[in-house]
Amino acid sequence: MLKYLVGRIAGILPVLLVISVFVFGFVHLLPGDPARLVAGPDATQRDVELVRQDLGLDQPLWVQYGRFLGNAVQGEFGRSMKSKRPVSQEIGERFMPTLYLTVVAMVWATLAGLLIGVASATRRGRWQDHVGMVVAVSGIAFPSFWLGLLMIDLFSVKLGWLPTSGYGTWQHYVMPSLTLGLGVAAVMARFTRSAFIEIAREDYVRTARAKGVPARLVVWKHTLRNALIPIITMVGLQFGFLLGGSIVVETVFSWPGLGRLLVDSVNYRDYTVIQAEILLFSLEFIIINLLVDVLYALANPEIRYS
Amino acid sequence: MRGAAAAAKAVDAAPALLSVEGLSVAFDGEHGPVRVVDDVSFTVAPGETVAIVGESGSGKSVTSLSLMRLVDYAGGRIVGGRIRFKGRDGRERDLATPPAESLTDMRGNDIAMVFQEPMTSLNPVFTIGDQIAEAVMLHQGLDRKAARDEALRMLEKVRIPEPARLLDRHPHQLSGGMRQRVMIAMALSCRPSLLIADEPTTALDVTIQAQILRLIRLLQDEMGMGVIFITHDMGVVAEVADRVVVMWRGRKVEEGTVERIFQAPQHPYTKALLSAVPKLGALRGQDLPVRFPLLVVDDAKAEAAPPAPPPVQDTVRAADAPLLEVRDLTTRFDVRKGIFGSLKARVHAVEKVSFAVRPGETLALVGESGCGKSTTGRTIMGLQSATSGTIRFDGVDTATLDSNGQAKLKEKIQYIFQDPFASLNPRMTVGFSVAEPMLVHDYVPTSKPGLSRRRAVEERVAELLTQVGLKPEHARRYPHEFSGGQRQRICIARALACDPKLIIADEAVAALDVSIQAQIVNLLMELQAKRGLSYLFISHDMAVVERVSHRVAVMYLGQIVELGPRRAVFENPQHPYTRRLMAAVPIADPSRRTRDLRLLTGEIPSPIRSIGDEPAVQPLVPVGEDHFVARHAVGGDF
Repeated sequence: MLKYLVGRIAGILPVLLVISVFVFGFVHLLPGDPARLVAGPDATQRDVELVRQDLGLDQPLWVQYGRFLGNAVQGEFGRSMKSKRPVSQEIGERFMPTLYLTVVAMVWATLAGLLIGVASATRRGRWQDHVGMVVAVSGIAFPSFWLGLLMIDLFSVKLGWLPTSGYGTWQHYVMPSLTLGLGVAAVMARFTRSAFIEIAREDYVRTARAKGVPARLVVWKHTLRNALIPIITMVGLQFGFLLGGSIVVETVFSWPGLGRLLVDSVNYRDYTVIQAEILLFSLEFIIINLLVDVLYALANPEIRYS
Repeated sequence: MRGAAAAAKAVDAAPALLSVEGLSVAFDGEHGPVRVVDDVSFTVAPGETVAIVGESGSGKSVTSLSLMRLVDYAGGRIVGGRIRFKGRDGRERDLATPPAESLTDMRGNDIAMVFQEPMTSLNPVFTIGDQIAEAVMLHQGLDRKAARDEALRMLEKVRIPEPARLLDRHPHQLSGGMRQRVMIAMALSCRPSLLIADEPTTALDVTIQAQILRLIRLLQDEMGMGVIFITHDMGVVAEVADRVVVMWRGRKVEEGTVERIFQAPQHPYTKALLSAVPKLGALRGQDLPVRFPLLVVDDAKAEAAPPAPPPVQDTVRAADAPLLEVRDLTTRFDVRKGIFGSLKARVHAVEKVSFAVRPGETLALVGESGCGKSTTGRTIMGLQSATSGTIRFDGVDTATLDSNGQAKLKEKIQYIFQDPFASLNPRMTVGFSVAEPMLVHDYVPTSKPGLSRRRAVEERVAELLTQVGLKPEHARRYPHEFSGGQRQRICIARALACDPKLIIADEAVAALDVSIQAQIVNLLMELQAKRGLSYLFISHDMAVVERVSHRVAVMYLGQIVELGPRRAVFENPQHPYTRRLMAAVPIADPSRRTRDLRLLTGEIPSPIRSIGDEPAVQPLVPVGEDHFVARHAVGGDF
């Protein structure tokens, strides 16, 4: 297992290097002179040259890349062109709210999806199954901004139970995480149901019954443990997407997260911020992939040993 | 408890452990419920072995699943009859009526079951020890530690080498035979009074099958339990059963002691079934292969037609040059591991194999799984590239052929695969599947002049379907509309499409029911007589091989250890492995039952060797006319 883990982590480094080259190249592939871009449209030629020297853009490319990589490793990405604050600070402030919201949404959505999926699968073709799947399909089909607005109208405006927007207390999490997780829960429910039904047909489930394992354990131990293997992959993918920050949910609830930062930075062509965001999103996916692989190996002994 | 007298005594004297009365089971079909088991009755006494015999669709497996009410979880339900079972406390219970879920305390405890597929019947995510211990903890209330000790004792009981190490292993690390031992250990861990074994050895090699059969019998004697043995293999029945229940189309058609069933079968279906069973030694004293003397049960009347004397297969044109000559053929696969895919080991699938097939001849390649027989066939076909050696077809070295010649070669050598369900494209009509080789190879069938090519191909498809015993109008149908035997006929028609000279039949009848298997074997032999075809008949089944082949090559660990005329190899086997293989085949004759309870052990060794560790290949030396044997200990170590 340890050997497997070390191997997986070692495999990440080349991927990270390739991504860093792309991110570095991103600024240089843009049309126009980056130095002029930074200096601003009103700057004189002298100012531009100063900026060029200041940013090290007059150095050979590989020196520039080396410096970029060195800085990136230390979390140093320069300053935002819009706010003139360090990029690391801009992103750092936005990352945690998004991470918290994502984790809360993923936890409830995964649990709910699993429960609905298993309940539907074990009562396949009966009314519980139909209700579960109608809920799941509605969850996928329902637009999240609409759900968010409806909830604000009901719980904040009419009932006054929850704050309409913002970030801080646990009450602030309720509506955004429900809105964000609904689609995930729906997808998880459908996916769990089909994975579960497939595994329930396996010979070893019949073996479990033949040795007198009670129904409860047949479902939660023998079947679900095997169905988890595809489900883990699904959870990882969903988690990665949500971590990018949900533009819609963050806008509706004025959540100070990455999604809105991304929109702002693209609108203002704030390249240093965009650069750091791309690197961050790639890193997130790589780490999630690693976690998925580790969980996968824990769930599936065949992978652990080969 | 063996033999007719003992069995009769068991029935009369011993109070029945299980008595099934008028059992009927239905499944929901498209047009309402379908009765899969209809009014079946039988009893099992303690210590007795009852075999339920039948072919696919006979309802034997559904019957076995019904006894523990596992059928309820598979979509079936009991619609009539009683299943009276006497528990350990002496109380009798009807298992047919209570809700299926209420029987969990009895499943695995009083009645246990072993299934056909050892590869898929164990849960891949739990260790062997946990899986055996689970039943013990559930039924005997032992704690984890004590249950684990019990699991270890059970593994010792089923004679698994180094049982302590096995406890923490996962199923995928074990071979099929080992997994079936684990299944048996698990089933017997709570000392049930009835064991239901549903085709427990069908998926295993013969030598492993012999081990498992003996193991079950030994443990039965030790623990005095009743055994229900579900099987389609009459050889296995003759080997293990005290009494036999024959099932056909969901009904019990005959029941009796094993001797009576084999010596004086009453029902036409039983007679037909027995006539189709390949019996090792059936052709003793004959030089040439002979078709099965088949009885045909008419579907409507269940009346058997009298058999015509089967013709002798005298088709070899020995004077002609060999059609296929294989010399020193070696096929190896590299095993690569790690991030950089460095070479770690090699699979020595085929090692310096040499043989020839003459026109009109059937050469059988026999051996157990992993012996390299299929790889040999695939290499000849060009589906696999050879590491070294030459293959000459029709006098031409196939390695020298250009791509055109290679294509022509594939036209003249055709392949029939084991699984007729998987080898036909379900989205294409049967007619298209049969016509496709002609289209691919641009083959123009000889036909009446003036016909368009399209019409000529269509006529040819109709003619081929007729030749394999189907109807021309079947061409417009899809594979799912046909049974397994019919599909194999379609595969044969496809193989014949381009008028090949050699057909490689890779376990072509292994997946079929015995009666269908006999029909397909007869069809292959009939086609050989008509068209002068040569066959490379790849099989693990010694009894079928004895029926079809003119000459036999026995393979073990990638090498041919014995090669000779069928009669010489079967009546005078020279290599110890050939003898072992033949001794392991269950004989479909209860009077020749091996009473030897000595347990066989040993696995089929792996052909994977580390780099540089080349296997020793001894040349074949003549021991008789046309009969060769490798003089070394490979496979003889038992």
